[in-house]
Amino acid sequence: MLRPEPPLADETPAPDAPDEAAAPDEAAAPDEAAAAEAAAPETEVEAPPEPNPVHEELLALLRDGGLDDSSIIETADALGGLVVRVANTQWRQAAVVAKSHLACDYLSFIAGIDWQPAPREGTEEGGDTSAPVQPTEMTFGAAGSAGRFQVFAHVQSSTKHWGLTFKTDVDDADPRVESWVSEYPGADWHERECWEMYGITFDGHPNLRHLFLPFEFEGHPLRKDFALLARVVKPWPGLVDVEPMPGEPEEPAEAAEAAEATAAAGGDA
Amino acid sequence: MTDIQLDPGALRHLADAQMNVELDTGDMILNLGPQHPATHGTLRLVVRLDGERVLAADPVIGYMHRGYEKLTEFRTYPQVTTLINRIDWLSSFANEVPFMDAAEKLMGVEAPPRAQWIRTTLTELSRIATFLLFLGEMGLQVGALTPAFYGFRDREHVLNLIEAATGGRFHPNFNRIGGLKDDVPWGWIAETRATMKIVLDACDQFEDLVLGNEIFGARTKGIGIIPGDVGTSYGVSGSNIRASGVDWDLRRDGKPYLVYPELDFKVWTHTDGDSYARYWVRLQETRESARMVLQCLEGMPSGPIMAKVPRIIKVPEGEVWVETENPLGQMAYYVISKGATGPFRVKIRSASFSNVSILPWLLQGVYVPDVITILASLYFILGDIDR
Repeated sequence: MLRPEPPLADETPAPDAPDEAAAPDEAAAPDEAAAAEAAAPETEVEAPPEPNPVHEELLALLRDGGLDDSSIIETADALGGLVVRVANTQWRQAAVVAKSHLACDYLSFIAGIDWQPAPREGTEEGGDTSAPVQPTEMTFGAAGSAGRFQVFAHVQSSTKHWGLTFKTDVDDADPRVESWVSEYPGADWHERECWEMYGITFDGHPNLRHLFLPFEFEGHPLRKDFALLARVVKPWPGLVDVEPMPGEPEEPAEAAEAAEATAAAGGDA
Repeated sequence: MTDIQLDPGALRHLADAQMNVELDTGDMILNLGPQHPATHGTLRLVVRLDGERVLAADPVIGYMHRGYEKLTEFRTYPQVTTLINRIDWLSSFANEVPFMDAAEKLMGVEAPPRAQWIRTTLTELSRIATFLLFLGEMGLQVGALTPAFYGFRDREHVLNLIEAATGGRFHPNFNRIGGLKDDVPWGWIAETRATMKIVLDACDQFEDLVLGNEIFGARTKGIGIIPGDVGTSYGVSGSNIRASGVDWDLRRDGKPYLVYPELDFKVWTHTDGDSYARYWVRLQETRESARMVLQCLEGMPSGPIMAKVPRIIKVPEGEVWVETENPLGQMAYYVISKGATGPFRVKIRSASFSNVSILPWLLQGVYVPDVITILASLYFILGDIDR
């Protein structure tokens, strides 16, 4: 983080404000440069510039705890945060090792991810055209995934002040994984939330029932194929403010895209 | 008949036991809430009572579930700030900061120094406003009406400052990706400096009025003790865990954010872990925040308040975890972007959710009136639980 002393304020904007947001200059802090490098090529971090020493230490401790290469499928550096993808069968073991070897006594959260792109309704027949356009092919984030659903969790150490994110793949048809309640009692509510939102079962959870939603609720709202009813009923009128400001010479990218889209759709009028 | 000699005291106990058996009324289920003043909204507690003692407590949440994690997937990044303002509505500005930080990290932008300093100032002002309400309201929960008036009165000064700078008392929506909407108005810094004097005086007043009060001590000391290790395993964070002796503050110990590395401040901890300790820690932190605001005003550089960002914000593919120390505890976002104008998935890690999840453990065996003080001392916001 480049945070200059207050007296230097006059010359700070120059190194701090990059010309283009996509290409920050080299004066940025190393982790930011790494972030830009990681973002500029493709999704995966192929060759991190230099290994983060804290991450190396954490991974070594994980291996000491018995999580060998067959358990740890992949690791990644997500803008300075360590992401470790473990095998589904080793999910609870990961919590055990994190608690015993990494001193990660603090459970921040457990949640699910659905990597499937949301179906876009109504591009032709009206409906919701205003939601941000996401890629239509299924891609996976840091440390990859084998299928549509993943469970991820963040644990931290209140003494060592480090933390890491665990991910694990769950089966698409029968998503289930071991519960962490025996290691972290706070996992109780997080797993109940994940169960009702994604339909992922946590084996060994003492009381898997609805948390936020009424008990008779059907469906799993955070799955990507669960339509947001409010948007189906009435399109969101939010994304209209794309006109250029008076002083701005260049045409906004969105307008060009919209023009292309209408041209491609054959709407000449 | 028997050679066992019972002393008179034991005989009396025996008689008492006999009496208790006769008067045993069985368990009783009591619904506390969803509309109870101690629940800051609509938290419902189903408690099973044996007389005055709680055998088991089951919090029922979700009355205010608004589905923010789903809604973020249907909003662009600038639109998401409107939502996250309403997670913890007492310190909305502090909620915005980690999300902006996450988006900026993914985009590789950094807000200019002046924006960072103003963000820090406003975050600490939110903390003061949140805690002043707590300091007053905690008195209310133990039956003292006066502190509540003082708390609301002094918080108003701080809310006026936030309103003057951002235009909103509760939902500023003032952060932009890459900086802030506006600079602070003319004269704001001098006014803030004067207000911090009021806040520091108010803290002294609360210390005398509440902490020095014998009844307050009797109602809170030794009540609702959270051991540090139990607290962390439930994910309890913020002042609640520092009151249990865990010396952990993300402003000091986390990844550096805003201008906290340049500020000189003390992290207060208390070893008792009871309701009294939680009040004490928040009181000290209010003072510390006022001092931090004064430091921010001293050190605030001049310069622009917005970095150069494209008008249509597209966030490159990637994911990032950003956590900050909010008034209620650890507030964090796990943002997954797929290169679109809106996030693909946002996991909102709110502090109150985990802070309240300890209640079934914590409320076992306490008396009904203590449930109220424990709920008040944990200090949660329903929007922060239900999201």
